[in-house]
Amino acid sequence: MLRRAKMLFALLFAPVIALAISGGAVAEEAKRWATNMPRGVTSVSNSIYDIHMLVFWIVTATGVLVFAVMFYSMYAHRKSRGAVAANFHENTTAEIVWTAVPAVILILLCIPATTTMLDVYDTSEAEIDIKVTGLQWKWQYEYLGEDIKFLSELTTPESEIYNRAPKGQYYHEEVSEPLVIPVNTKVRFLITGNDVIHSWWVPDFGVKRDAIPGFVNDAAATVTKPGVYRGQCTELCGKGHAFMPIVVNVLEKEEYKTWLAEKKVEQAAIRELTNKTFTMDELMEKGEVAYNRSCAGCHQVNGQGIPGIFPSLVGQGIAVGPVEAHIDIIVNGQAGTAMQAFGDQLSELDQAAIITYERNAWGNDVGDITQPIDVYNWKKGK
Amino acid sequence: MAHGPAKGIGRWLFTTNHKDIGTMYLWFSFAMFLMGGFFAMVIRAELFQPGMQIVKPEFFNQMTTMHGLVMVFGAIMPAFVGLANWMIPLQIGAPDMALPRMNNLSFWILPFAFTLLTATFFMEGGAPNFGWTFYAPLSTTYAPPTVNYFIFGVHLMGASSIMGSINIIATVLNMRAPGMTLMKMPMFVWTWLITAFLLIAVMPVLAGAVTMMLMDINFGTSFFNAAGGGDPVLFQHVFWFFGHPEVYIIILPAFGVISHIIPTFSRKPLFGYSSMVYATASIAFLSFIVWAHHMFLVGMPIGGELYFMYATMLIAVPTAAKVFNWISTMFRGSLTFETPMLYAVAFVILFTIGGFTGIMLAIAPADVQYHDTYFVVAHFHYVMVAGAIFSSTAAVYYWLPKWTGKMYNETMGKVQFWISFIGFNITFFPQHFIGLAGMPRRYSDYALQFSDWNMISSIGAFTYGAAQLLFLFNVVRTIRSGTPVSEPKTWEGAEGLEWTLPTPVPYHTFSTPPTIK
Repeated sequence: MLRRAKMLFALLFAPVIALAISGGAVAEEAKRWATNMPRGVTSVSNSIYDIHMLVFWIVTATGVLVFAVMFYSMYAHRKSRGAVAANFHENTTAEIVWTAVPAVILILLCIPATTTMLDVYDTSEAEIDIKVTGLQWKWQYEYLGEDIKFLSELTTPESEIYNRAPKGQYYHEEVSEPLVIPVNTKVRFLITGNDVIHSWWVPDFGVKRDAIPGFVNDAAATVTKPGVYRGQCTELCGKGHAFMPIVVNVLEKEEYKTWLAEKKVEQAAIRELTNKTFTMDELMEKGEVAYNRSCAGCHQVNGQGIPGIFPSLVGQGIAVGPVEAHIDIIVNGQAGTAMQAFGDQLSELDQAAIITYERNAWGNDVGDITQPIDVYNWKKGK
Repeated sequence: MAHGPAKGIGRWLFTTNHKDIGTMYLWFSFAMFLMGGFFAMVIRAELFQPGMQIVKPEFFNQMTTMHGLVMVFGAIMPAFVGLANWMIPLQIGAPDMALPRMNNLSFWILPFAFTLLTATFFMEGGAPNFGWTFYAPLSTTYAPPTVNYFIFGVHLMGASSIMGSINIIATVLNMRAPGMTLMKMPMFVWTWLITAFLLIAVMPVLAGAVTMMLMDINFGTSFFNAAGGGDPVLFQHVFWFFGHPEVYIIILPAFGVISHIIPTFSRKPLFGYSSMVYATASIAFLSFIVWAHHMFLVGMPIGGELYFMYATMLIAVPTAAKVFNWISTMFRGSLTFETPMLYAVAFVILFTIGGFTGIMLAIAPADVQYHDTYFVVAHFHYVMVAGAIFSSTAAVYYWLPKWTGKMYNETMGKVQFWISFIGFNITFFPQHFIGLAGMPRRYSDYALQFSDWNMISSIGAFTYGAAQLLFLFNVVRTIRSGTPVSEPKTWEGAEGLEWTLPTPVPYHTFSTPPTIK
């Protein structure tokens, strides 16, 4: 008997013990089966968490109370137990009480809710301003006053999304270039959209704001712990809605300064390239990479587009027509369609390479070369 | 002079009989429920595992959009209009609806509206893919060309709803049996009267929103286009000024149904009848002044945020009063748990849970984290499925014997209830978790940490879906070969004029109005 009890005990606890062996595994399991909001790493996210838990416990307590009465009658007042129905159908006192009590609870709840809301909306006295622009389907970050601007796109390969390769640890949450901000510094995000409405959300910061074309919304975060934080787009923005994650790298202040300096040099170098002349092969090679990153989402890797939605570039239309129109549509986009203006998104080199590539790939053989300086002059001329 | 139904298909095409029209509404609604349910199954099958397996992201968006549109406008609203057609004349002692020919028209518009809408699947560009809330400019500048079919479909549904509402108001206000004062009307009639006013108030607003879209898309206006001086946020204000009353349009008749079923199976009158009426009216009034709580993150001024938060929290007061009233009705009753009662009890519990998450969502700062995540999806399915669908299912079980003169199979009904109840909770309870943990809604693919709960949720959804086929089977079996019943009162504790009529209900009833003492 005792032996059997021991065995049963062992069986029950074996999984628990096995898990306890490695702390990492436990953390992993906890993340997999997460049931609650993260506390986050800003004071705002912490106060949001607190009010969330406060309301949660209030409604849970109410639920327990109300359902207890209900389950009691369901048990005690069953016809099968011989219950005879009473005939009361009114009680003014009770009705006043159960109107007044919830009202009072809700009014009291308004106090912490209001103060937390004021915190959420406090974007004053920020030290760094970063403009966040939502585009179909990527984010652009611009450090205002620092001459730094870059795109941040999903890097999870198609092979992982379409299950041809095993999924990596940060499947669906990895980007080409994360946003970088310093720790313990109030950063203000100026959030807008360029095409449709997106929404920029980093749960650990307690920051989520809609990115609306024609509007600039602001939110602020003072992150208290360095690390990598991940978020996502939360407003339906088309087919790539699920594929434009956010990654924020929070650095120590000194490291941030170093990063900023290096980034400036890098961006200056990219601007330098505008004046350089490239050969056809160089442009085709760069063009293929840039095209697959920025254009293939709609026009497809083979340039065929999707009939009825995204036009084909092969053997017809803009890619085999006059080069001026081609440069114009890349730089300025096409109003009223999904074709974005890439003039401010991509470097002149990338734009020139894409134009050259589109005109000379998939059997297109216009043969002309567009140099970065051509794109630059086009933009100046406008 | 009373005659029976016409023969053949003409009976259904040209009928002006409220019972026939009610039946058609209910079957139409169930067909739409199965179609919308099928879309939901595609969604849950795709989300069974991370990665794209079954559909492409663009088709996934068509599925979420059409699931929402079909369920809201095709399944839930017509279900309650069908019940209204059947039950309002019977409950107020009227021979038919006040405007019977318009009644026929308002039904027959619907199949055309939904043909327009679903035909888009077979057109270039595919079906609408911008979500059932169709936010501009995704639904205008960036919409597939089929959006025009969607707009005309919405116009037709709106016309149908407005005609239905006019009919209900005219019937309730003019055709009550002598002696039935307003404050003696059954709760279902009261809730529908208020709902009809809501519909008349907001359906034109929806029509305005889609007309502005039509103009932006085809005629070069810029109502919602920022580049042309328009305002994308305006769209959301207009939409939710319709959209928020819309959710009460859906739930108020459900309250009415539950307010009949619980007293019947408690064998005790409804507790607090007049406070129920006042609570319903207050909820309807509040529904007009809280719309922007759907828009806490569009960047409203802080004053707007706080106002909409306070006003929204206020809704909890009359809603809570209703729940307390139902529970007090059960208290010291003599309870039995036939299938309609099981559904009604489940309604009270699950709707209350949906109400609790509603209070959480009303807290504007917390909404920063909840907004547009699966937490919201869980919340509104607790009030839509467990609220509207459970109550209309309960209503069918409750009145089916009266309508057909046949009793459904009680065991099968109970089994169907338990599979639905368990399947529903397995589907939607974990969605609270994945939402809080950070999964946004309308995602065709997700990060690995959400895999397990998503898989569980999908299993629940398939279970719930299967249970609805069992419901269909039980209803069809009842109509074809159910045990005949003939006593006027199917249920021992049932009260109301409909239970004074013979069973099954004759084709024409109350040709001479009854007198209410």
